[in-house]
Amino acid sequence: MGCVKRLRTAPFVGWALFSAAGSVNNPGMKLTKEQLLVNYRKMRMIRSFEEKLNELVNSGRLGGFLHLSIGQEAVAAGVCAHLSERDYVSTTHRGHGHCIAKGVRVKGMMAELFGRSTGLCKGKGGSMHIADMDQGMLGANGIVGAGIPLATGAALTCKLKKTGGVAVAFFGDGASNQGQFHEALNMASNWKLPALYVVENNGWGEFTPTEFVVPVRDIAVRADSYAMRSAIADGNDFFDVYEKAGEAIAAARAGEGPTLLECKTYRYMGHYVGDPLAYRPPGEVDRWKNEHDALTGFESRVKADGVIEDMELRRIDEEVVEELSAAVADAENDPVPAVEALYEDVYAKE
Amino acid sequence: MAREIPTALAINEALAIAMASDPDVILMGEDVAGGGRREAEGTEEAGGIMGITRGLMTRFGPQRVLDTPISEMGLLGTAVGAALTGMRPVAELMFIDFLGVCLDPLLNQAAKLRYMFGGKACVPLTVRTVTGAGMQSAAQHSQSLYWITAGIPGLKTVIPSNAYDAKGLLLAAIRDDDPVIFCEPKGILFDSSDVPEEDYVIPIGKAAIAREGKDVTLVGMGATVKMALQAADKLAADGIDAEVLDLRSLAPLDEAAILASLEKTGRLVVVDEATPRCGIASDVAALCVDRGFDFLDAPVKRVTAPHTPVPFSSLLESAYMPSADKIVAAVRKLG
Ligand SMILES: Cc1ncc(C[n+]2csc(CCOP(=O)(O)OP(=O)(O)O)c2C)c(N)n1
Repeated sequence: MGCVKRLRTAPFVGWALFSAAGSVNNPGMKLTKEQLLVNYRKMRMIRSFEEKLNELVNSGRLGGFLHLSIGQEAVAAGVCAHLSERDYVSTTHRGHGHCIAKGVRVKGMMAELFGRSTGLCKGKGGSMHIADMDQGMLGANGIVGAGIPLATGAALTCKLKKTGGVAVAFFGDGASNQGQFHEALNMASNWKLPALYVVENNGWGEFTPTEFVVPVRDIAVRADSYAMRSAIADGNDFFDVYEKAGEAIAAARAGEGPTLLECKTYRYMGHYVGDPLAYRPPGEVDRWKNEHDALTGFESRVKADGVIEDMELRRIDEEVVEELSAAVADAENDPVPAVEALYEDVYAKE
Repeated sequence: MAREIPTALAINEALAIAMASDPDVILMGEDVAGGGRREAEGTEEAGGIMGITRGLMTRFGPQRVLDTPISEMGLLGTAVGAALTGMRPVAELMFIDFLGVCLDPLLNQAAKLRYMFGGKACVPLTVRTVTGAGMQSAAQHSQSLYWITAGIPGLKTVIPSNAYDAKGLLLAAIRDDDPVIFCEPKGILFDSSDVPEEDYVIPIGKAAIAREGKDVTLVGMGATVKMALQAADKLAADGIDAEVLDLRSLAPLDEAAILASLEKTGRLVVVDEATPRCGIASDVAALCVDRGFDFLDAPVKRVTAPHTPVPFSSLLESAYMPSADKIVAAVRKLG
């Protein structure tokens, strides 16, 4: 009775699980130096991109309803490292990181966030609907849980058209309480779809601790009801995510059906930019930041392994900052949409 | 004693009064307690996305202020079941856009049980939900979908335009023996008006004249009442004396009040934040043509959002929404 065994016995424990189990056995060596640098750049880009957004909103230069994934970068990078253009990704309100990891260009994203006609969605979607069909990015989503069946449908397409592609749904622990999650997982497992369901358990749904509204400790147990494979990864450890997502995606491509991969992680920032955060115990975030940060952890690993030197990482940091400054400058100067755009793209033919 | 407070606080006050005066009233929703205050850990309750229910969990306890998971179908379905069996739940649906994931408990259950069971069922449920655009929240957090609930027989739908009405209408909704959708328009949530501290109700189904006038009737609801009042001021400068009628209740609709005002002015413009098809504005226009034809000195005009989703870009969003200027322009067209 796997499920009974895994009933919640203690509050959110996060990474403590992993250091105890010692599940990380240096899989980093499977990656080439070039791959390591690419993935470091992605994680750094996600963090710097969102730090920039935070700064822009707080200084009144940017509007909208923004949700940041700072702290959760390793999940996006670790999973997307196994994907290419033929694969699909759906995400959530907290989706900038998944876009960047999937290969969406930050210039188009920034322009979208500024509501410019040059944005990925011509300024009509914004942060919560950012999408790039050319990159197989099926969109952020304003409806919690709604991306899960979308990815399931994309997996159906991959299977029926025999593209060899897989579809990944990224979502939060909160979304696993939606009917859409359960209905889609049942269908995907029954049809053995090439899908991966990545639940980022960051311990919070908006302002409510996950343990207040969910009686199980691990969301992964929910796969059992659908006879689906499941795994739990340390979501702040790129290498652990990389390894477990890799196994799941290989299985999906081999026709063995979907996996539910739970990544234990933590949301550093408020639920949205501007959130006063009074509901969160002080100190909780500092523990994660100081003791188990995704970027710091990655950095010390690759340096300790002697594969990469500090200088190389710092050069990437600088390049990222430059790329972002250029993206912001361009976005600020780009044209706003013409009023006629309001009426366009409602239907295929106007 | 009355004091000036924002609509959000007036709603909080109505909830507190309803809970204090009736032990069967419970609150359910995502983050309504927000985990609740945990003094030992130095945290405060969040009180929902708009902070409206803050303090209620501390006052009434976690048995009566229930944080639900992000499971709207479960939330509303459970609230209907509890209402059917003796509770008087107030469920918070964070944004009306989320109706998309939980319509059945309203459409096929709450709305129909009394009728289907031959009058033997009672569903005293209130659903509070935020409506409207204007915060750059884009296509899935900005809709004014009250036309959906207003179109379902068995449901009532109300929408206040100010803090005073919000308190009285919410108390009426909670004490009503039918399911009521209580809309909280973004555009007025943080506007203040005089609100008495006492318990009072505003009857559901009664419109109010927000401004008397004799030349043209401007019909508004929720946030568009404010726009209509601004338009009336602008029109007054041109010597046009506009009457502003605040619907307050969309279902039932106060047809008598609409027709009475039309009879007085002979001209009518209806202003709705929602999309134009199959909506409240069309309903009001149809009523005027159907039963007020003899009063009409000009065509009825509708000022609404266009038949499109809500865009993100702030420039497009302003173009999307009705405004005082658009109302003035519509009135001028009446000749
Ligand atoms: C259907 C629906 N219900 C509620 C919301 C409001 N909402 C937005 S994000 C969020 C919390 C989501 O929590 P989780 O899925 O754990 O993701 P996280 O925010 O932690 O990344 C909620 C309740 C929504 N957008 N859609």
